[in-house]
Amino acid sequence: MNPLWALVPPLAVIPFILLLGEKRKNWREVSILVAGVALFLINKSIYNDLMAGGTPQSGEIGLLADYTLKLSAEPMGVMFGLLASFLWVVTTVYSIGYMRGHHEINQTRFYTCFAIALAAVMGAAYADNLLTLFVAYEVITISTFPLVTHAGGVDAKKAGRVYLGILMTTSIGFLLPAIVWTATVGSSLDFVPGGVLADSGLSNGAMACLLGLFVFGIAKAGIMPFHRWLPAAMVAPTPVSALLHAVAVVKTGVFSLLKIVTYTFGIDTVVGSGAAQWFLPVAAFTVIVSSIVAFTKDNLKARLAYSTISQLSYIVMAALLATVMSVSGGVLHIVMHAFGKITLFFCAGAILVALHKSEISKLDGIGRRMPITMGAFFIGAVSIIGLPPAGGVWSKLLIAGGSLDTGTIIWASVLMLSTLLNIAYLLPIPLRAFFKPDPSLAPGEKATLQEAPPACLWAIVLTAFTCLLLFVYPQPLTELIGLIQWR
Amino acid sequence: MTEQLPALQILITMLAAPVCVLVRHAKVSWAIAFGANVFAFWVAWQLLLQVQDTGAIRYALGGWAAPTGIEYYIDTVNAAIVMLVAGISSVVLLYAYSSVSKAIPKAKHYLFYAAWLLCVTGLMGIVITGDAFNVFVFLEVSSLATYMLISFGDDRRALTASFRYLILGSVGASFILIGIGFLYAATGTLNMIDLAERIPDSQSQRAVLVAFSFITIGVLIKAAVFPLHAWLPNAYTYAPVAVTAFLAGTATKVSLYVLLRFFFSVFGEDYSFGQLFLNGILLPAAIGGFLLMSLVAVFQTDLRRMLAYSSVAQIGYIVAGFSMASQAGLAAGIVHIVNHALIKASLFMAVGCIIYRVGHAHIPSLDNLFKRMPFTCVAFMLSGAGLIGIPLTVGFVSKFTLIGAAMDEGWWLLAALILISSLLAVIYIGRVVEIMLFRQSREGGQASTGMAEAPLSMLIPMYALVIVALYFGIYGSETLGVANEAALQLLGGFK
Repeated sequence: MNPLWALVPPLAVIPFILLLGEKRKNWREVSILVAGVALFLINKSIYNDLMAGGTPQSGEIGLLADYTLKLSAEPMGVMFGLLASFLWVVTTVYSIGYMRGHHEINQTRFYTCFAIALAAVMGAAYADNLLTLFVAYEVITISTFPLVTHAGGVDAKKAGRVYLGILMTTSIGFLLPAIVWTATVGSSLDFVPGGVLADSGLSNGAMACLLGLFVFGIAKAGIMPFHRWLPAAMVAPTPVSALLHAVAVVKTGVFSLLKIVTYTFGIDTVVGSGAAQWFLPVAAFTVIVSSIVAFTKDNLKARLAYSTISQLSYIVMAALLATVMSVSGGVLHIVMHAFGKITLFFCAGAILVALHKSEISKLDGIGRRMPITMGAFFIGAVSIIGLPPAGGVWSKLLIAGGSLDTGTIIWASVLMLSTLLNIAYLLPIPLRAFFKPDPSLAPGEKATLQEAPPACLWAIVLTAFTCLLLFVYPQPLTELIGLIQWR
Repeated sequence: MTEQLPALQILITMLAAPVCVLVRHAKVSWAIAFGANVFAFWVAWQLLLQVQDTGAIRYALGGWAAPTGIEYYIDTVNAAIVMLVAGISSVVLLYAYSSVSKAIPKAKHYLFYAAWLLCVTGLMGIVITGDAFNVFVFLEVSSLATYMLISFGDDRRALTASFRYLILGSVGASFILIGIGFLYAATGTLNMIDLAERIPDSQSQRAVLVAFSFITIGVLIKAAVFPLHAWLPNAYTYAPVAVTAFLAGTATKVSLYVLLRFFFSVFGEDYSFGQLFLNGILLPAAIGGFLLMSLVAVFQTDLRRMLAYSSVAQIGYIVAGFSMASQAGLAAGIVHIVNHALIKASLFMAVGCIIYRVGHAHIPSLDNLFKRMPFTCVAFMLSGAGLIGIPLTVGFVSKFTLIGAAMDEGWWLLAALILISSLLAVIYIGRVVEIMLFRQSREGGQASTGMAEAPLSMLIPMYALVIVALYFGIYGSETLGVANEAALQLLGGFK
């Protein structure tokens, strides 16, 4: 199927959102669900085409004299598209419960921007060249800006400035020149196996500069020092944080980086020029430091945000290591981390809706009141840490294994150290919830069940279950990754 | 009839002007002006098609052949720019009706539209002619009409703004005249094609050099290239907004075309850039323009003045493209002439809508405007995004091409400075958007009175331009194709 179809459901649903509006919100949400399911089926059909040996692609639009907008499906993109569309459906179910339970305002604007962002994510997933990817990247930035400033207060406005400021500055200041530079020296801007820079004649130093522009220009990947936008974005409603700032937006960042390393540079060029060695320490630094920062955060969403920054840099490291194994691990980690982290965010939102608590220090004993939520939180945390029986273990193993190919154990030890830190900052939360006494209860008093709305719970259970499922049955993903053409 | 199109291009609007004066009726004179402009647009379109089909057209006015009579010379560059001028003028005229009837006493409308027609005639004449002296004549026609149009502004400062422009504009025009005089003395011809042939062999190279200097400075003043832009901010701020929208899209662009025509076609690239190192002047002026003027724009409190400074900055980008004297650079400059004209005209039209309803364009007082005028604000944001150069807007097409051209030349610093200046645009546009969207209005503000959009007669023309801009932002290869062809022709000299 033509990947252009993947843009249709999220865009087609916008008139429905606008027309149905606040007054007929049930129908509005039904229309979004229908669009979500349609989008997932379209992605599934693209996946089927790809597995059958086809290369689904769209027509072209001549945006510039020699460069076009074009979509085509390759394994990484299909995986990302499937992931984002599946989680869009789940998040919609969740936000139905959340937005009403929390009495959010301006829900029409919220769902509209959400849909535009999703369309842009599809554009990024199926981008056939750097230009298309850049266009999608910027549309994501702009369409998610109103979501970050959703609450409209002074804090939200300030956060919005940080968000737009960092993402715009880096994308215009670094990413755009990187793309123009690639256009002037490379054979094209297309994503082709083995890359377009092999015969560019760039010296190793210039190659490192170019890679640096990409690494720092794609601030959505959250590498330090351009990570501040992500914690700032946490003022947004939880479904936004969950889908966009744990999955769609940040994953677009690391996905772009993986694609650029594989199809613009080519993994052999990255390794051969030694360009990545300058940025691997930065990524490793981000992994460790943001884990430590996460440790100090008492606000649950802030802690999860820093955990996300750390986990994203796993993928940045995987891309920069540029071995087949590590990049495969990076691609797999996009999915594994997505399911783990979205579960955690869903739980954070559920706690906020049900108990109006957002600080970790106040979560003592809530496991008795919200057993399902906190149980799911535990599973999500295990997956993020990378322990069996959750899917996160496979991707972490692959990245670590790939890093050993470089002949040093530094990068593997960074990953292991980070794992320990993950345990230290994530596991205490469910432990507290289940084993510490609830301070609001008199001794001997029994806690009453006080779960989040059922729509939220369904979403949480589904994503937590998927974390477990991916441990025992990651084959569909690994098969897809097996189709990536590296050279 | 098709072979007479070049004459019709000028004649219809020129003859319509006195008709307006004779009619003396506001609505009828508007209709005449609009009809004449639309016709001019159609003629320009036919000319562009014809040029692309058969190559450059040489048209002897009144049947008098070149050295004796005046010749019109039309190739891709000026056909495209005439079309731009006539197009922008038509759309803005459509828009002007409501805007002008509120701002200007009805009894003076016929004069306003007559001046507008003369201004368009002058601008199109400058572009289409192949005769150096004729350039000066049309320049004066358009300038005099412009002074008049600016002084129609309802703010009394419009008069001083107009007077200031009159002084500086006359200095510029006189310089151009002096330059043309020297050229005539050195070569004995005024026809551009003959000039281009004779300049290299002229006995008095010093006269040619003097001519070159006078023409350069004169045109740079008219084009408001930094640091000779002093007339522009006030003129744009105090003129009636419809006039500003029209001028921002056409007047400076036409002067930039004159720059191109003289430097590349008449004097030739070898002379201008090879022997005289013109880029030694143009490049610093361009960089100073887009950096400093963007910075100045950040601190403006009047929306019109902010956009005026932004215009000077954007002219800097165009001149930066010219100063590379390469095909890619020229194409980037030319495409930005078109793109910026579309963006700026629609931005000023949005400002006009705001002034129509709110009564002023004081940025800090536009709080929560989005609630009242959502359509205008969306148009402003879409065009503002173009100014920044966000993908899928025309600004991105220009900026990508311009940076690519700079990198091709190996001018890394220029590429970096262009990017920095784009970031300044993020700030000055973002600031306005933030106020429109998020700032809560103060107690007793009008925000609670509900929606109060500008009339459809203003919104529709504005959106017409916005949509054209979006179209060329997505299908940028179409404008770039024309620009590349134009750049090739300019570098190739007269054929």
